[in-house]
Amino acid sequence: MQYENPRAAATQYSGASLLIELLKRQGIDVVAGIPGGANLPLYDALGQSGLRHVLVRHEQAGGFLAQGIARSRGGAAACFATSGPGATNLLTAVADAKLDSIPIIAVTGQVPMGLVGTDAFQEVDTYGMSIPATKHNFLVRSAAELLEVVPEAFRIALSGRPGPVLIDLPKDVQQARIDVPSLPAPGVPDTPPEPDGALLASMARMIAASERPVLYVGGGVVASGAEEEVRALSAACGIPVVSTLMGLGIMDLEDPLYLGMIGMHGSRATNIVVDRSDLLVALGVRFDDRATGAIAGFAPRARVIHLDIDEAEIGKIRRPDISAACDVRRALKRLNRLVGRAERVAWKAEVTALKREHPLDPPRDDSHPGALMKRLAALAPADALVSVDVGQHQMWAAQWWPVKRTRTFLTSGGLGTMGFSLPAAMGAAIASPDTTVVVLTGDGSMLINIQELATIAENQLDIKICVLNNGHLGLVRQQQELFYGRRYVASRFEVRPDFAAIARGFGIPARSVPLPYDQDVLASAFAERGPMLLDIELPETENVYPMVPPGKSNVEAISASPALAMTAAASSNGSSSNGGAR
Amino acid sequence: MSALPNTIVKLMVRNHPGTMSHITGLFSRRGFNLEGILCAPVGGGADSAMYLMVRNDERLEQIVKQLGKLYDVKSVTVLIDHTWSHAYKDGGEANLFGHLEELLNAFEAEERA
Repeated sequence: MQYENPRAAATQYSGASLLIELLKRQGIDVVAGIPGGANLPLYDALGQSGLRHVLVRHEQAGGFLAQGIARSRGGAAACFATSGPGATNLLTAVADAKLDSIPIIAVTGQVPMGLVGTDAFQEVDTYGMSIPATKHNFLVRSAAELLEVVPEAFRIALSGRPGPVLIDLPKDVQQARIDVPSLPAPGVPDTPPEPDGALLASMARMIAASERPVLYVGGGVVASGAEEEVRALSAACGIPVVSTLMGLGIMDLEDPLYLGMIGMHGSRATNIVVDRSDLLVALGVRFDDRATGAIAGFAPRARVIHLDIDEAEIGKIRRPDISAACDVRRALKRLNRLVGRAERVAWKAEVTALKREHPLDPPRDDSHPGALMKRLAALAPADALVSVDVGQHQMWAAQWWPVKRTRTFLTSGGLGTMGFSLPAAMGAAIASPDTTVVVLTGDGSMLINIQELATIAENQLDIKICVLNNGHLGLVRQQQELFYGRRYVASRFEVRPDFAAIARGFGIPARSVPLPYDQDVLASAFAERGPMLLDIELPETENVYPMVPPGKSNVEAISASPALAMTAAASSNGSSSNGGAR
Repeated sequence: MSALPNTIVKLMVRNHPGTMSHITGLFSRRGFNLEGILCAPVGGGADSAMYLMVRNDERLEQIVKQLGKLYDVKSVTVLIDHTWSHAYKDGGEANLFGHLEELLNAFEAEERA
């Protein structure tokens, strides 16, 4: 532990005030959470500290608010919950951060050490329960441990592949008094390992020898800030780029070499280009099943270069021909100096032709959700942030919302947590108070964290909530239609709440927008700063296409043609038990 | 006694109450097989040496990489590739499970007697 000034007079802290002070020294400027019995000392210290607190209405929303800050701004963010139900409520958001590699610090109150293990009131084994949902976790047994644990928590959360860290803090440790001669230095991320020069040279040679290379980019590129390097590599070597959901915004939408999102709901052209590739350059990706489809059929002709900071991702799903566990940005900076320029005229022409032949099905008319996405994007300010929920609307947004920059399209990619968008948007709005945040959610997802309308109203956040309302758990309904013989079970809502009335009940202006859409009503959301809700009617049975049937290869995607869909339904029925909806 | 070839992975870990949960939890959550564990404090109790008997199959590399990511794991060493019976004949650390088996058999024989 490094002490800054050992000769200074000791300052007395409580465990609680020490934790708050250490958070402030890490640059934390806002904490989201809910107080309760086991974290009251923490809130007492917070109240006297000048640190901003946002009172959410469900601990899960506190976790997602922190994620919204971390995802949109970069760096770590913090949230608080009390013991027992507070901690269990928080865990979904923590698990979500783990799967998308988002650095958040969750601080949970715990019953006093003397009561731990006695089934005390609001006691749950938060430490044990959070092991698989965190990058690491701590149970703090003395106030002095905080001097080491807090900087370590931030170092762990921010180093290498980022992720959530949970600190469980018993009430008596919060109340303990401690003399601190000087505070430790804030935790900073470790310097990532340098890629091996000879390996990079081999990669450059492999790229030079390839006739049909493809860059496959994802969240790791965003985490390392390698957007510019990816674009440079693509441009210099004439390499087409496909992105995962987490990588949207890395490439310029207008770039002729950019093919958009791959995988289950990617365009046919995108998946065909990967299929035809002879070299897949995988950058900051983990070969997620939603991106690859059946792994045996993914880029079957391609050799693979894999760069990822997490060594355990290398070879986990697909064995690469050459790989390096390193920071993608550092590696690309050097790789880009080693690769020569290449035109790849034939491959580029083939890619261009495929894009022309197999684009995303253009929206049939104005009622198609894809058209609505484009319309809303045109109405929103050019620098608006978007927070999307999980389901059909998420995929329509990924397909049609023009994501111009990274960290502007917030989505729960790995865990696929419905209820994400509203609280994540709150974090984004707090981190960027001068920027409008657009929430794209469904009528299913909206109900999962609808209580946060209170938080939004209380803080007058500039959030435009678009509830894309089709009266269904749409992606479940779609899978039942396509893969379960049209046996619709529990996917239709018999009661459809009046979302506009609900929003007004929370003090948020709202409009209902029936089909066909009134342009003026849609535009009214963006007329003034502040929260607004639009309850937008969607056709009830519209499906997201293309769709790769669960368990199939990406090139076996089905399209909007009913005949094709029926064939696919017949052939995959009964073998789609892994077809969980997002 | 397992018919499958096993290997022993030796870990040096920080010795605190949560370490064992982190390690066994990794095995259950990622669906790795764990055939046996031996663990004892070393060096005055700050650290523990932990011996894991695992199947020596294609997942071993993932197991080693995932163990290496755990905060409380200070080092990971794959001792040797061998079968259980081979381990028993070997000397040194790899023999630990052989000794354990011998002891357990002796206890069982005592109980039956």
